[in-house]
Parts: sequence; structure tokens; C-alpha cells
Amino acid sequence: MRLELRINGSVRSLEVEPLKRLLDVLREDLILTGTKEGCGEGECGACAVLLDGQLVNSCLVAVCQAAGASVVTIEGLSSSALTPLQRSFVECGGAQCGICTPGMIVAGQCFLDSGAAATDEAVREAIAGNLCRCTGYTKIVESIQHAARETR
Amino acid sequence: MRHFTFERAKSVDEAVKGGAQPEAAFLAGGTSLVDLMKLEVLTPLRIVDVSRLDLQKIEARTGGLVLGALATNTDVALHPEVRRRLPALAEALLSGASPQLRNAATVGGNLLQRTRCAYFRDLATLCNKRTPRSGCDALEGWTRMHAILGGSNQCIAAHPSDMCVALAAFDARVKVRGPQGEREIALTDFHLLPEQHPDREFALSPGELVISVFVPTTAAAARSRYVKVRDRASYAFALVSCAAGLELSGGTSGRIIREARVALGGVGTKPWRSIEAERALAGQPPTKDSFRKAAELLLAGAQPRRDNAFKVELAKRTMVRALTLAAEGA
Ligand SMILES: Cc1cc2nc3c(=O)[nH]c(=O)nc-3n(C[C@H](O)[C@H](O)[C@H](O)COP(=O)(O)OP(=O)(O)OC[C@H]3O[C@@H](n4cnc5c(N)ncnc54)[C@H](O)[C@@H]3O)c2cc1C
Ligand code: FES
Ligand code: FES
Repeated sequence: MRLELRINGSVRSLEVEPLKRLLDVLREDLILTGTKEGCGEGECGACAVLLDGQLVNSCLVAVCQAAGASVVTIEGLSSSALTPLQRSFVECGGAQCGICTPGMIVAGQCFLDSGAAATDEAVREAIAGNLCRCTGYTKIVESIQHAARETR
Repeated sequence: MRHFTFERAKSVDEAVKGGAQPEAAFLAGGTSLVDLMKLEVLTPLRIVDVSRLDLQKIEARTGGLVLGALATNTDVALHPEVRRRLPALAEALLSGASPQLRNAATVGGNLLQRTRCAYFRDLATLCNKRTPRSGCDALEGWTRMHAILGGSNQCIAAHPSDMCVALAAFDARVKVRGPQGEREIALTDFHLLPEQHPDREFALSPGELVISVFVPTTAAAARSRYVKVRDRASYAFALVSCAAGLELSGGTSGRIIREARVALGGVGTKPWRSIEAERALAGQPPTKDSFRKAAELLLAGAQPRRDNAFKVELAKRTMVRALTLAAEGA
């Protein structure tokens, strides 16, 4: 099927299998490999992207469902310099191996954009769908709270 | 994945027509279907995408709420009238899955989500739900997550949904449209017990599309809570959960339960409403003692297996907790 996606602001027209996972279309057809595959079953959130502004797991989105929609991936959060949230991850040690990081940052950015108060509980709930095998989460929560203080 | 055809339905009628074809499946949020197709647990020949149909609306009417089949779990959970008139439903939805899943998951898809039984999801094992009459490896297997109520000698898979537990407790009705026209199914009749046919899970005929769910919003619904106990604080299926609602009469000293609503999740092969427990509560004072007695009654018929005997006591405590919170009205 032929469909159009607005990827990180620019419209792309693609010929794809309708049920190909959005994750695979991003990584294979569009060579946007920042989005990672962890579990492939909706458990880990490594593949999180924004679909029309909503946080979703791209491994469970059939690309046909995204037809005509706008998709923002980790690559689309900033065109050149690091965002305040990305800088916070660097400064606070929010990333170790890095596999969960793109999903964490997309989920974290979504949380920051919501304007909700960055309490421990709220931040932890916002990233409940993102699993990390390395950091033990504390530094990830700190990174998001640090960015909240910097930007608000 | 196997080969299949794909069509996007432009109207409900078109969807019903496509869905009535052999081996067809509707696609809504995809969070359950895409997963199970990738595992080849489900191998439909025809995918009918209903995700663009105009069924997203959430309507607050005088007597209740109408939830469109395509309203997302997030939209329902955050709707101010849902939170005010049926807090247990909002809490149930927010306790399910993760933010990114709730943003994609829909009311209709949640109603029709399949069990998370590990044997159902693993093609290398036997499962009567997946392949009728092939056997069930869960019966003698690892049963920590399995049902203690409503099982049969063919299947003991637990029903996974949180949303359906809250809907079952409050008399929700599912409106469906099929080739024969429109009809309503009580939520408590929508999911079938496994009995001798665990592969038959829903009271739906081929082609029937869920249009909406109606939940009456009563006094007990307004004073309702959902409590979910799981292996971690967030983002896990229920070991046990309970939706409870109470309508109370009298002053603070001499309060009496006029009407009670109770349904359990995580323990049944379907969302487990208990009219028996509700009757036992009616006319009693809203105390721990009456709650515990009703819980004993509900769980009297429980059939635990090797790894899930803990669920019997856990279910009682969870039910007492949910009723206590409902009584507090917090
Ligand atoms: C990692 C993970 C964790 C989860 N945790 C929880 C949890 O804790 N609690 C919980 O309750 N749920 C949980 N879920 C399940 C989630 O709620 C369901 O996957 C979701 O609700 C399904 O909705 P959907 O719109 O994505 O359905 P789809 O995947 O699109 O469809 C699911 C089924 O419903 C059918 N269908 C969809 N819409 C209709 C309709 N209108 N009429 C008729 N048939 C229809 C489809 O044909 C399909 O068979 C979890 C899921 C995942 C992946
Ligand atoms: S890869 Fe999508 S949630 Fe793990
Ligand atoms: S940094 Fe390794 S998984 Fe999170």
C-alpha cells in the first residue's frame, strides 16, 4: 500500500506492507535507527515515538494506522544541538548502555511537554512503560526532574 | 507473519461486511492483534482496519456514559465525567498497561483482548484455546498467573482486562452491529466461560462489530474504587484486582449498605462479578466484618492450583480493601 507519513516534520511517501510495524518502517525504510527494538511485544518502550503527539510503542503500531499521521522520533526532537532533556541525561548519568535511552527521552519529553509537576511519583508513572536494565531508574528520574527545573 | 489481505473500512456497514468474511479480524489500536499475529497465535486471512471509523466519542448522558468502541483507554480514563461518575473505571484503566499502550488501546480492543496465559502465547505448548481439543499444558504447568474461579478441565486461563472488571461490576451493556443488525449484550454475558470450548471466548457472531459500551451511572458507581495488586507497582497484569461500589444510607454513625457492587479481576476465566456477594452485603453496615464475610462467600468455590493458592486469601483482602475505600468515599 502507498501511504504518506509526516516524519519529524517532513512528508515522506512510501510503498509498504500495511501491517509492517511502524518500528520497522522507521528503521529499515527510513533509516531512522535511533528508535530501538527491545522486546517487540509492547513491554519495554525502547521503540516509543510520538504519533500525532501521543506516546505509543511503534512495535505495536501497524504502519497503516499511521497513514497521514505525524510521527516524531528521537531524531526529530532536535535538529542540531542536544535538547535540555538530552543534556540532563548526559549530566545526570541517565544513560548507560543506551538501548532504553531514545524511548526514555521521547517519553520524558512527552511528560515535560504535558506541564505536569515533576514529582517522583509522576515521573515514575510517566516512564512506567519504559524498562531499563542498567541504571536502576534513579538517575533517569533525576535527569527528567533536572530538565524540568532547567526549562520551566 | 502469514499472508493476509488488508482493507480499511470507510463505514460501519463496510466493516461489518468485511468482518463477516471467513477468518477476518478487525484492527483497532493493534496492541493486542499485531502482537498475536507476529507470534502467529492468530493468523487471520483478512484484516479489516476499523481504526478510522467515527466511533471515538465519549458521551455523558443523564443515566449513564456511552463509550465509543474506538475511544482510547487514555481518553476514557481522563474524561472528567468518567472520573466523577464512575471513578472505578478511570482507576481500572489507569492501572492497566503503560501510558504509550493506553494511548493506542481502544474500548473495543480492550473488551476483546486475549488472555496472557503463557501457554496460549507459546506455539511450542498445548493450548485448547489456540487449537481446540489439543490439550492444555497449563493444567499441570506453571499456574501462578492462572484463574481460581471459572476454570474447566480444558482451560484455566485468567481474563487479563482491568477495564472489563469495572464494567462488569456496574452493569455495562455492549452495543454491537452485525450482518443481522444491532443488538445489546450485557457485559457479564459478553465473555464466555471456557467449559468444554475454551476457543469460544466471546458471545459474538462473525462480523459483529462493537459500536459502543453503555454504563449506567448509579449512586454505587459514583462511590466506587478499583484496587489492583500486582508483582510491581506499575505496568503489570493483575494478580488480583477488585472493582467495588457502595450506595449507603443513614448518617455516619448508623450507615447501612443499600446497594453493593463487586467484581474481581486476575482470578477468573472471565471478569468475575458476584451477585451473591453483593446480596450478602445489602442491608449490612459497611464494616470490615461484613466485607470479609462477603469475600469468604465469593471465594468459597475457588479452585486454586499448585502455584496460585495465595490468590484466594489475596482476593479476599483485596476485596475488603476496595470496599473499605468505597465506603470511605475517598
Ligand atoms: C505489554 C502489555 C501490557 C498490558 N497490560 C495490561 C493491563 O495491565 N491491563 C489490561 O487491562 N490490559 C493490558 N494490556 C492489554 C491492552 O489493554 C490491550 O492490548 C488493548 O486494550 C487492546 O486494544 P486495541 O485497540 O489495541 O485492540 P486490537 O489489538 O486492535 O484488537 C484486539 C482484538 O479486538 C478486536 N476488536 C478491536 N476492536 C473491535 C471492535 N470495535 N469490534 C469487534 N472487535 C474488535 C480485534 O479484532 C482483536 O481481536 C496490555 C498489553 C500489552 C501489550
Ligand atoms: S520493542 Fe516495542 S515495547 Fe519493546
Ligand atoms: S541504559 Fe541500558 S537499558 Fe537503560
